[in-house]
Amino acid sequence: MMQVIKKNLIPALILLTLSMFAFAFALIPLYNVLCKNLGINGKTAKRASGKSTHIDRSRQIRVEFITNLNKQLNWNFYPHIQHVYLHPGENILIYFSAKNNANHTMTVQAIPSVSPGIAANYLKKTECFCFTQQTLNAKQKKELPVLFHLDPNLPKAIHTITLAYTLFDRSQINRAPKTKLGFIT
Amino acid sequence: MMIDSAELNTWQRLGHFLKRWLCSTNHKEIGTLYFLFSLIMFFVGGLFALLIRAELMQPGARLFSPELFNQMVTLHGLIMLLLVIMPALSGFANWLIPLMIGAPDMAMPRLNNFAFWLLPMASSLVVCTLFLPGSAPNFGWTMYPPLSTLYAPPSTDYLIVAIHLMGISSLIGAINIIVTILNLRAPGMRLMDLPVFCWSWLITAFLLIAVMPVLAATVTMMLLDRHAGTSFFNAAGGGDPLLYQHLFWFFGHPEVYIIILPAFGIISQIIPTFSRKPLFGYRFMVYAIIAIAFLSFIVWVHHMFVTGVPLAAELFFMCTTMLIAVPTGIKVFNWIGTMYRGSLSFETPMLFAISFVALFTIGGFSGVMLSVAPADYQYQDSYFVVGHFHYVLVAGAVFSAIAGIYYWLPKMTGYKYSERLGQLHFWLSLIGINLAFLPMHFLGLAGMPRRIADYSTAFTDFNQIASLGAFIFGFAQLIFVLVILRSILGKGPRAHGQVWEEAQGLEWTLSSPPPLHSFVEQKTYAELMQRAKF
Repeated sequence: MMQVIKKNLIPALILLTLSMFAFAFALIPLYNVLCKNLGINGKTAKRASGKSTHIDRSRQIRVEFITNLNKQLNWNFYPHIQHVYLHPGENILIYFSAKNNANHTMTVQAIPSVSPGIAANYLKKTECFCFTQQTLNAKQKKELPVLFHLDPNLPKAIHTITLAYTLFDRSQINRAPKTKLGFIT
Repeated sequence: MMIDSAELNTWQRLGHFLKRWLCSTNHKEIGTLYFLFSLIMFFVGGLFALLIRAELMQPGARLFSPELFNQMVTLHGLIMLLLVIMPALSGFANWLIPLMIGAPDMAMPRLNNFAFWLLPMASSLVVCTLFLPGSAPNFGWTMYPPLSTLYAPPSTDYLIVAIHLMGISSLIGAINIIVTILNLRAPGMRLMDLPVFCWSWLITAFLLIAVMPVLAATVTMMLLDRHAGTSFFNAAGGGDPLLYQHLFWFFGHPEVYIIILPAFGIISQIIPTFSRKPLFGYRFMVYAIIAIAFLSFIVWVHHMFVTGVPLAAELFFMCTTMLIAVPTGIKVFNWIGTMYRGSLSFETPMLFAISFVALFTIGGFSGVMLSVAPADYQYQDSYFVVGHFHYVLVAGAVFSAIAGIYYWLPKMTGYKYSERLGQLHFWLSLIGINLAFLPMHFLGLAGMPRRIADYSTAFTDFNQIASLGAFIFGFAQLIFVLVILRSILGKGPRAHGQVWEEAQGLEWTLSSPPPLHSFVEQKTYAELMQRAKF
């Protein structure tokens, strides 16, 4: 028995090394699946959910809207209102204004982020401009809709939810900023 | 090979010298190479540290640009962790493991040579980034994206290759160590007869195999994000910068145990010798090392308490992190238990070893403080963390390595070092590191962030004390170099095989220095122990 172990030790150790290398890559889908199913990934769903039918009128949640532009993107991007008070289960339609200030057509991707992270699972979007990329021509302005509701199962301890959207430029995916000595020029 | 040097000309002598050191497959020579490499890189990383402390001597100082400061911070961390302490501990492994188990050499001598020579290549890549167009890496040794992917200088790719080389070196070394310890022990030597130092390296080698590939994969993903249009860590493409943190710290936390476990092993060899008592609780020392190794895999999120991980994660990882203090504490109590009612003498190795026990414990306490997630919201990314890890790494791992050098240097060179110089080195180092790193805890509590080139004037006094201490410690290391040089050059009294009275272990049965090839004839463990007469 010891002879078998001794003979196969080096191959076994090399196999272990390579397995751990593969494991690290495998962690990416593993994290995605586990965190999504446990509801702890802090991310909203990438696909639309149905509209809500049941409204919980016993409480109101304050939902705030924040916008960010990644890497000095030359766009204007802001919500029409700063916050709303919602009952869980109530469907609501919110508009965000987006304007492409550049002189050429640009494509952006909006990435949502919800705070507190644990509430992300309960923010169900029926329609969102973040599901697809948005292309605007030079100087074009557009109103972008989000139709969502809060799942009535939202934990009672949560009273405020912040929905933040960040616009990322997808016109040229690989373009990195030019830097000099660590400064962006 | 024995060459009659009178018959060789200079070129032939040079050829033999190069062949000996470039192509050596001898574990003692390779161990020496690891030590010398580590010592040289210690001064390179130390120079960067002193530049950092010089800049932080005054608020508003501008000895050099903040951009260069960020590069100093990054390279200091990378060099000290990957190119100083890890090679030093590998040097101990190479020198001592075959001697301690009665083996003629490591299991794979040629791979051993290859594993060493990867390191000077890697360190050249790392250091040369300072001289390449653009800057050296400037995003901290932890290399978080997008700072390290999107906004990083071109030299980052050199760093990534260097990390791959260092990883391969460590992995080959780890495989070599496991095979050597499991297969090449003298017949009759059971695993529970192994010196604790060998146990510590056996476990560390498994940790290395488990997590170094994860680092390799992670920096590969960084490289792909930088050049291949992937979006592993890029939110715009559907990835997540937080993924990097999870992957990195899954490696990063076991990494720090990889560093400290062999250091524990060295201390476990030194304290019994100078207490003239066997190590207290050998079995529990071994179990504690194994427990620490297992637990080290389930604590990594404590580096990410403030990133917005769910409450459940914060609770779980807070508890596992606190738990890991238990086996560590067992080891500390056992070292103290070894000294209790022992016949103590305070030669230089013992001074460093006792300081290790005290100061590492202080570092451990600040670690337990950091493990309290709500409190960590205050401590995270402040100088409190810097104080913590410098205590466990400098007052911990580095002191242990220095203690080990003093302890085994007479064995390796055959000459006793000067005890006066050793004591001077010790006291200056002790005072230096405490002046340097204790104030950092208070700076962190007072709100000073880390990785900043300039700070609010309120933090001036403690920063000045820290800088003073750092310079004292830095220059004290020159005494260490003097001690080592004198020993190598044969200045000092000759050392016998049993250098230290009551030192246990097969290495002390050999002459000082041991023959180039030792334990050539296979003897059983019983025969070897009989020869040892203890």
